[in-house]
Amino acid sequence: MRIVPRITAPANAGVVVALGFLSLLLLAAVAAPWLAPHDPLAQPDIVGARLAPPGAAHPFGTDAFSRDVLSRVLYGARISLAVGVLATALSVTLGTAYGLVAGYAGGMLDTVLMRILDGFLAIPRVLLVLVLVSASGSLPLPALILVLGLTGWFHVARLVRAEALVARKLDYVTAARALGASGWRIVSRHILPNVLTPAAVAAVLGFANTIVLEAGLSYLGVGVQPPAPSWGNIMLEGTEQLRTAWWVALFPGIVLFATVVSVNTLAERIRSGPTGAILLR
Amino acid sequence: MSARLALARSAQAVVVIFVVASLAFFLIRLAPGDPFTAALNDPGITEEVRTEWRRSYGLDAPLAEQYVRYLGAVVRGDFGWSFSMQRPVAEALRAAVPRTMLLAGTALLLSFAVGIGVALVQVRHPGSMTDRVLNRTTLLAYSVPEFWLALLLLFVFSLKLGVLPAGGAVDAVMHSRMNWMERVVDTIRHLVLPATTLTIVGAAVVARYQRGALLDVLPSDFIRTARAKGVAEPAIVRRHALRNALLPTITLLGLTIPALLAGSVFVEKIFAWPGMGLLAVNAVASRDYAMVTAVVVVAGTAVALGNLVADLLYAAADPRVRDG
Amino acid sequence: MTEPLLSVENLRTYFHTRDGVARAVDGVSLQVNRGETVGLVGESGSGKSVTALSMLRLIRHPGRIEQGSRIVFEGKDLATASEEEMRKIRGNRIAMIFQEPMTALNPVFTVGDQVAEVARIHERASRRAAWRKAVEMLALTGIPSPEARARDYPHQLSGGMRQRVLIAMALMMRPELIIADEPTTALDVTIQAQILELLRDLQQRFGTAILMITHDLGVIAETCSRVIVMYGGEVVEQAPTNVLFAAPHHPYTEGLLRAIPRVGAIRERLAVIPGTVPPPTHWPDGCRFHDRCPYSWERTEHEHPPLYQVGEGHFSRCHLAEEPERRNQPHTPLVARRRVDAA
Repeated sequence: MRIVPRITAPANAGVVVALGFLSLLLLAAVAAPWLAPHDPLAQPDIVGARLAPPGAAHPFGTDAFSRDVLSRVLYGARISLAVGVLATALSVTLGTAYGLVAGYAGGMLDTVLMRILDGFLAIPRVLLVLVLVSASGSLPLPALILVLGLTGWFHVARLVRAEALVARKLDYVTAARALGASGWRIVSRHILPNVLTPAAVAAVLGFANTIVLEAGLSYLGVGVQPPAPSWGNIMLEGTEQLRTAWWVALFPGIVLFATVVSVNTLAERIRSGPTGAILLR
Repeated sequence: MSARLALARSAQAVVVIFVVASLAFFLIRLAPGDPFTAALNDPGITEEVRTEWRRSYGLDAPLAEQYVRYLGAVVRGDFGWSFSMQRPVAEALRAAVPRTMLLAGTALLLSFAVGIGVALVQVRHPGSMTDRVLNRTTLLAYSVPEFWLALLLLFVFSLKLGVLPAGGAVDAVMHSRMNWMERVVDTIRHLVLPATTLTIVGAAVVARYQRGALLDVLPSDFIRTARAKGVAEPAIVRRHALRNALLPTITLLGLTIPALLAGSVFVEKIFAWPGMGLLAVNAVASRDYAMVTAVVVVAGTAVALGNLVADLLYAAADPRVRDG
Repeated sequence: MTEPLLSVENLRTYFHTRDGVARAVDGVSLQVNRGETVGLVGESGSGKSVTALSMLRLIRHPGRIEQGSRIVFEGKDLATASEEEMRKIRGNRIAMIFQEPMTALNPVFTVGDQVAEVARIHERASRRAAWRKAVEMLALTGIPSPEARARDYPHQLSGGMRQRVLIAMALMMRPELIIADEPTTALDVTIQAQILELLRDLQQRFGTAILMITHDLGVIAETCSRVIVMYGGEVVEQAPTNVLFAAPHHPYTEGLLRAIPRVGAIRERLAVIPGTVPPPTHWPDGCRFHDRCPYSWERTEHEHPPLYQVGEGHFSRCHLAEEPERRNQPHTPLVARRRVDAA
C-alpha cells in the first residue's frame, strides 16, 4: 500500500482559508513585536484594569494581572509555533532514520527495533512527556523542545518503516542491489524518495499534535513557564476565573483550534486518507 | 481461530508490556538524583534517613540487580511508594484505574457507536450536502484541543447553565447517603461532561475512518453482485458493505485506546475526575515520578492488551484470516 | 410470432464526466426471445458491458440512461421503472453473471448464505428453506458435496467453483433471462468448456434465455443461435450464428473472424484490424469504423450508416449494403496510412 500524495481539487475553499489563516498566523507571530498593541508582560494597572472584558482597547480583554490578552496570544504564537516546528523537525529526522534502518535491514534487526517501537507506541505521548518532566522538574524551553522531539518520532518511524519495507522489494531496488550498489546508496537514492511522502504527511500531522501537546503541557503547568506567554499557560491562568472572565481562557483556545483545523485541512488534502490522521493522535 | 496465531499474538503483547516496563525503569533512572530528591526539601528528613531509604529500596545496588528487582516488583503489582500521597502507589492506582476505565470505556463505546452511525448516514449519498456538512463537522470535531473543549463544556453546562456538576466522580456530600439507583444517576451526571468531551473527538475520528472504509468497499464487485441479486440499497450498505468495512475499524479500536488515555489526562484534570490521569498530573506537580511511571506502565499495558484484543477480534471476524 | 422477452429500443447510456460526455451506448436496439441464447460480441470499449448493466439499471453516476431509451421486459419499460420495481426484477426475473468470479462474492459470508439470500429476498423464504434450496442449486451446478461447500467461504473455493456458485445464485429464482457478462473470460480454458456446457444444460432444463456477452467468437459459435456485433457504442451487425460465420457482411465482423488464429493455416503474421476504437467522447461523424475499414470511401467518412437489412434476419450497419461493388476495391485502411504522422 503506497501512500501516494494527491492534492485533490486545489481550488477548494477550505484549503484556501486554511492556507490563508496559517500564513496570517505566521506573519502575526513573526511581526508580533510590531503588531502587538501592548507589551505582553506589562501589568499597567493591576487593580483597575484587571480582568477587563473584550473591548476597543483590549480586543481579547485583559487577564488577572491586567496584561493584554491579545498581545500575549500574539507572542504566545511565536513560542508555540517555534516549539512545534523545531520539535517536529527533530521527530521527523529521528523517525525517518529509525524507520529506514528497520525497514531496509529487515530480518532480526527489524523485529527487535519494531518491538521496541511497539513499546514506545503503547505509551500515550503525554504520559511519556510527563515522566520526563517529573523526573527533572520544570523544563527550560530548549529542553521542552528536545523532549517533544524525542517523543514524537514513533508514528513517523512506523510509517516510514512500512514504506521502506515495500520499497525494498521493488524491482529497481533489486536491480540496484544486483549491480552492486552499496546499502547506503540504495537507501538514499531509492528508498528515501519513496519514503518522503509519508514522512511529510506524518510531519504535518505531527506538527498539529505537537502544538496541541505543548499547549496542554503549558496548561498543566509543566510546559512553557509564565510570565512567558504560551497559549496553554494563558488558558491555565484563565481557568481560575472561568466563570467571570471567560475571555482569558477562550481566545487562546480559539486561535489554537483554528491553527489545528487549518493544519488538518491541509493534511487531509494530501490524500493519505483517514488512517494518517488517526495514527498520529 | 488458529491457537498458534493467538498464542503468538499474546506473546507479542507480553513482550510489549515488558518493553514498556523496562522503558519506565530507564526513564526513572534518567532523573538527576533519585526518588528521594523531592524529600530534600523536607527539613525533617536527615541525610541518614535518606541513606537508609536508598539502601532499603536497593538503590545502592548495581543497575542490573535493580532492574531485576524492579521487574519482579512490577509483576507482583508493586510500584513502590508515592511520596506525594504517602501511600503505596499500587493502592492509589487500585482506586483510580477503574474510574479511568469507566470514563474511557464509556467514551470508547459511544465514540464507535456514534462514529459508525454518522459514517453510515454520510455514505448513503456520498458527495451530497449532508455528507459534506458532516465531513466538515467531523474535521472540526477531531481538530479541537480536548482540554479547551472540556473548558468550554464546563463553562456552558456547569458554570453558566448549572445543569451538570462541575467536577468529581460523585457528589462529595450526598453520594454516601443515596440509595443505589440515585448513586448510579449521580455517577452518570458526573460522567456526562468528561465522557462527552472525549466522545466528540473520538466519534469524529471513527466517523472519518469508517466513512473511508465504506467508500473503499462500496465500489467492489461483490457489492455489484448484491445489487444485481435484488438486495435493497439500505441492506447493501448496512449488511454487505459494513460487514467488510468494519474490519479496518476493529484495527482502529487498538489505536483509539492510547488516544483516550491521553485525552483523559486533561479531561480528568479539568473535571477533577479521580482517575489515573489525575493521579499522574498531580504527581508531576510534586515530582512523584514513581507514581507517574506507574501510570505509564499501566497505560502501556492497557494499550498492549487493547491491541491484542483488537487483533484477536479481527482474526475472528475475517474468515480469510481465521483459517490462517 | 410471439412477443420477444426483452426488447431494447434505442438505448443510449451516456457518462457525463468532467472530460466530456462519453456516449458508451449510443442507440442500441436488440431483442431476446424466450429460451433463446443470443450472443453480444465486441471488443473492450464497444459498449457491450454497459448495455448489459443498463438493462438491469445498474449504471451509476456519472452514467445514466438517456431519455428516449426503452427496455421493454414482459411488457414493462425498465428504463422508466421505479427502483423498487427494478429491485424485484433483479435476481428474480432477470439475473446477471459477472466476469470476475474471484471478486464477485462477498468474502465475509458463506457461499451458501449468499446463494440463499436470493430466495430470502424474493420469496421471503425462511432461513432453512432458503438454505436447502441453495444447496440444491449448488448441486445442480455440478458442485460436489454441496452441503459442505455451502458452508465454505469464497476464498476457500477455486475460480471455477466460484463461477458455479454465481450461476447457482443466478438460477435460484428460475429467471426468464440470464445476462452473462464474459462468464468464462477469467477462467482456464478447460474450466471454460465446463462452464459453457453447464450453462447450456441449465438453459435446456429451465428454458431460460441467455444473453451471452463476450469478445470470444469461439464461445459464440458454441453457445449462441443468434449474434449481435457491437462497435463504437452501436450494433453494427446482427445475424443467426451460422450465417454470421459463413457470410459476414460488416467489415468489422470480417476482420474479427479473420483475426481468429487457425491451427494449420500458414500465415506470416496475425491478421489484426489496424488502429483502435475511437474514444466514446468523440465518435466520428460518419461510419465509426471507417478509418480502420479496408473498403472505406468518401461517403463513409461523412454519412452515418443506418442498420440495413442484408438478408433474412441479417442486418448490417454498412453502406456496402447499397454499394456492394466497393468490396472489390480493398485498400490500406486510413488509420494505417495516417500512422506516420500520428502524434
